[in-house]
Amino acid sequence: MEIINIAATEDTPKIVLDHQQGIFEISGRSLPEDVVVFYAPVMQWLDDLVKNPISNLELAIKLEYFNTASSKLILDILLKLEEIFLNGTPLKIKWFYNSSDSDMKEAGEEYSEIVSLPLEITEYQS
Amino acid sequence: MENNLNNMTPNQKSLSHISAFHRLMDEKDIALVYCGEFSQELNKTLLAFTERKFKAENLEDNTRRRIFNIMVELLQNISKNKVEIPEGTPEIDPIFMLGTQKDDYLLMSSNMISNEKIAPLKSRLDQVNALDKEGLKQLYKDARLSSTFNETSGAGIGLIDIARKAESKLEYNFEELDDKYSLFSLLIRISK
Repeated sequence: MEIINIAATEDTPKIVLDHQQGIFEISGRSLPEDVVVFYAPVMQWLDDLVKNPISNLELAIKLEYFNTASSKLILDILLKLEEIFLNGTPLKIKWFYNSSDSDMKEAGEEYSEIVSLPLEITEYQS
Repeated sequence: MENNLNNMTPNQKSLSHISAFHRLMDEKDIALVYCGEFSQELNKTLLAFTERKFKAENLEDNTRRRIFNIMVELLQNISKNKVEIPEGTPEIDPIFMLGTQKDDYLLMSSNMISNEKIAPLKSRLDQVNALDKEGLKQLYKDARLSSTFNETSGAGIGLIDIARKAESKLEYNFEELDDKYSLFSLLIRISK
C-alpha cells in the first residue's frame, strides 16, 4: 500500500493514509473547486484497500468546512469503506465535530443514516 | 445633482460617481462588493476577508459558519459555471455582494447564464422553496446519492445546501438580456 500524506491548505484538508503508523485522517477544510482531481489519490488508495484490506482501520474525519462537491466525495469514500466492511473486514469511522458546530454534527448523523458502517460521532472542544 | 452632471468635467463626474456609490454602500450597509472575473484564488481572498471581519465582530459561531458555507457555494457557483460569451455579445461581469439589512445578513450574486438553463434552474429553485426543513434534508440526501460529478458542479445540490443553511427562502430573478442570455440574480437572507 502507498502512504498518502497531504498537508492542509486554505481550501484543502490534511490527508494522512498511513498503514505503517496506523494513522488514517482527513481534517481541516475541504473547499476545492475541483474535488475529483484533489481526491483522486484517495480514491485510488481506497481501490487498493478493497484488494488489500487493513483490519480494524479507524478513519478520523475532522472537518471544519466542506463544500457540497466535497460532501459528495466524502460519501463516495464512506461507500467504498462500506464495501470493505460488508466484505467482512472490521473498520470504523470517527466523525469529529466542534462542540459549537451543530451543522457538522448533523452532517455526521446524516452520513451514518446512509452508510452501513460503524460511524462514531465525537464532540471536541475548540 | 443629476442636472449638474452635464456641466461637470470628467474628473468631477468620476468623483460624483464615487460619492454616490459610497453613499449607496453606506445606506445599504454593504460590507463587500466584487464585480469582475471570478476564480478559486479570488474566492479564497473574499472568504478570508469575510472570515476576518466576522471574527472581529464576534459573530456567533453557527451563523458565521453558515454564512461562510453559503458564500463558498455562491462563489464557486459563479467561478465554476462561466458562460462562454461569443464576441459581439455585450458581457456583464458577475457580481457578489455581502451586506446587512435590519436583522438579516444578505448574500447576493448575479451572473450571466444561457437562457436554456433558466427552466431547470427555476424548477430547482421553486422545488427548494416549497420544502420545509425535513423535505430539504431528504432532497439533499437523494440528490447527493444520485448525482454524478457533472451535476455536482452545477447549481443543483449547492442550492439545496444554501436553503438548508440559510433557513429562509431563496429570492431570485431572471432578467433577459437577449434571446440567448439572461442575468440570474440570487439573494440569500440569513437571520442574525
